Amino acid sequence: MISVNYFLVLSAILFSLGVFGVLTRKNSIVVFMCIELMLNAVNLTFIALSRHLGNMDGQVFVLFVMAVAAAEAAVGLALMITFFRNRESLDIDDANTLKW
Amino acid sequence: MEILFFLFVAFVAVGSGVFVVTCKNPVNSAIALVNTFFCLATCYVMLDAPFMAAIQLIVYAGAIMVLIIFVIMLLNIGTVDVVKSSHAVAGGALMSVLVAVQVLYMLNRGEVANIEGPMTESAILEFGHTELLARSLFTEFLLPFELTAILLLVAIVGAIVLAKRDV
Repeated sequence: MISVNYFLVLSAILFSLGVFGVLTRKNSIVVFMCIELMLNAVNLTFIALSRHLGNMDGQVFVLFVMAVAAAEAAVGLALMITFFRNRESLDIDDANTLKW
Repeated sequence: MEILFFLFVAFVAVGSGVFVVTCKNPVNSAIALVNTFFCLATCYVMLDAPFMAAIQLIVYAGAIMVLIIFVIMLLNIGTVDVVKSSHAVAGGALMSVLVAVQVLYMLNRGEVANIEGPMTESAILEFGHTELLARSLFTEFLLPFELTAILLLVAIVGAIVLAKRDV
């Protein structure tokens, strides 16, 4: 059995990669994929700690996270299609109507 | 042996994560993301959670990635995407390094109290992981489980209303 720390370190690295992508990329679909990467890193933490503690709750949470991620994907991509129809681009810097 | 295998999987996962962030073409990012999902599913198997690994592959690598690739195809975007200004890249790198340092520090100094739940080595051997999960999901978490169904329904309706030209 591998120590839980290895999994937690892996998930910390993946989460930071996701943060970097969200903060630096312009294409909103890539930003969306980086958010999925962050969600997955958190899922890995949940499952690793759930196995470590012998507690099932973490895995049930992961199921809910996946359901929310599926809902988020559907709504988010529909929003992107609408945005593209209005602005002819997917650049998140073009979404500036509410910018002060 | 197991640790070598884990290090290999982790290396591939981080490598393809880097590709997700750096690839110019969003389709390449999507393929790299699928690769990361496969590596995470392998990690779940190593953590005695085969059901979660199956769900990971079906929901993420199957459904969500197909949706993303379909949208990329529908919108027909090329590789025009560039990263933001160098200030933004520096800021983003700083923030992500800070997040990594913070999490690693917490891991190093934090303590996990060892509450032994129902998922012990012997229980997994006796009932299997899926049955333990189902017991928890359909007794303790029944209400959130039902609410998830409503959430998905609302998401479906919302996606159709948003993407339709005129409702």
